[in-house]
Amino acid sequence: MPTPKSPTPETSTPASAAPAGGASTGTAFTRAIGLATIIGMGALAVFGLFISPADVRQSDSVRILYIHVGTVWVAYVAFAVTALSSAAYLWKRTTSLTWDRFAGASAEIGVLFMALTLLAGSLWGRLSWGKFWVWDARVTSTAFMFITYIGYLAVRGLGGSHQQRARRSAVVALLAVLEIPLVHFSVKLWRGLHQDSSVADRTHVTLHGLMLFSLFVALVAFSLLYVWLLMHRQRVLAMQDALDDKGLDYALQQRRSEGDA
Amino acid sequence: MLRVARLLAAKDLRIELRSRVVTNQVLPFAAIVMVMFAFALNSDAVVSRVAPGLVWLATLFSLLTLVQRSFAIESADGATDALRAAGVDPAGIYLGKAIALAVQLAVLEVVLLLSAVVLYRAQLRLSGVVLLVTTFVAATCGLALVGTLYGGLAAGVRGRETLLPLLLLPVVAPVLIGATRATEAALGTGGATVADGWPWVGLLAVFVALFGVGGTLAFGPLIEE
Repeated sequence: MPTPKSPTPETSTPASAAPAGGASTGTAFTRAIGLATIIGMGALAVFGLFISPADVRQSDSVRILYIHVGTVWVAYVAFAVTALSSAAYLWKRTTSLTWDRFAGASAEIGVLFMALTLLAGSLWGRLSWGKFWVWDARVTSTAFMFITYIGYLAVRGLGGSHQQRARRSAVVALLAVLEIPLVHFSVKLWRGLHQDSSVADRTHVTLHGLMLFSLFVALVAFSLLYVWLLMHRQRVLAMQDALDDKGLDYALQQRRSEGDA
Repeated sequence: MLRVARLLAAKDLRIELRSRVVTNQVLPFAAIVMVMFAFALNSDAVVSRVAPGLVWLATLFSLLTLVQRSFAIESADGATDALRAAGVDPAGIYLGKAIALAVQLAVLEVVLLLSAVVLYRAQLRLSGVVLLVTTFVAATCGLALVGTLYGGLAAGVRGRETLLPLLLLPVVAPVLIGATRATEAALGTGGATVADGWPWVGLLAVFVALFGVGGTLAFGPLIEE
């Protein structure tokens, strides 16, 4: 995970974030990550679709799991980063909006990948269990997590100053950390003994070596994609904030220089 | 802090006693929801089996209205800002609003439970009274604490009417689960015994403790603008 270094919003804004044309969120580092992501995804497609064998019991539907596990991994990492960045923002009460932007960018990516997880999971469930949805504790709390972070993104969109947005959403993100385990625990209690289906399925399966390797490729490829998306999105958010801060000044300055000319 | 909480709670309840908004609007709303459930489920047997769940679901819907009302009386004249400007402890504001909300919720829940007895033929039993009262107290505290927390967040920003349910309902899901199962145990719905109910009260207690502490800490940063 890239670490934000700059303590103040001014210095954390990339130089290229000025409203002049030609601004870019790419750097040599993100281009390298992007290239690695493309290679990783290519490798995942080859391993997932062709090299790894079909499962004895699930046949070809097992290939969905490479996507499912990869996306859910990214979603969990993304939400963890959101929580940690939010805590970092609140911790010292510094004015570093960089932490806030990391939290926001990460939550957006998390919501996207959680949606893909639920989609891939329900397709796999239809093939393996004959139903799109089961009231399993893990599945249900995943859905709750998805809705909770949609709410978090809505809180981010409420408006007000950047610092207001940052404080409000950081508190909501930390409350989500309180909520998710409680929901998981209570759904688990609610299901009682019925909740074993998915767990049993997973513990009985011994993974073929190539399957395990393909899964590993999936985790690496999706992690790279996450880092790439996070860095770009964080910079876009910084540009948006800079535009909010400086946009009007810049426009005034333009008009004035037109007057002078 | 406790003095502030007491004064604020008394103030909120006095406003309610004089305006009667909850009595004249929220209670009838909750009653019509109970009737609508019966329409939707369309079976005496089903309705009496799921009566505890319906009571709590109707409570959650009413909670949304109550929370909005609780903060509408503050934001109308910028009262929260005035309190903050006066240097009042936000934790005191939080607890005071939560206490007032809890009292209103408790009245509402008793009415809903009685309507379940009348409309859905839910059976109260003497052996379950202690469990029933404990469940209602714990669930009411939990709902009031969380409702006040997210109500405070949603107050003072545009779009709060639509945002509150989205934020609040996922968080109170454990209360719905715990309170429903404990109430089922207290009433003996579906052959549940009283002893089945206590673990669920434990869940409610954990919820109250976590959000009581979390809410007291979080409320200040949330309302300070």
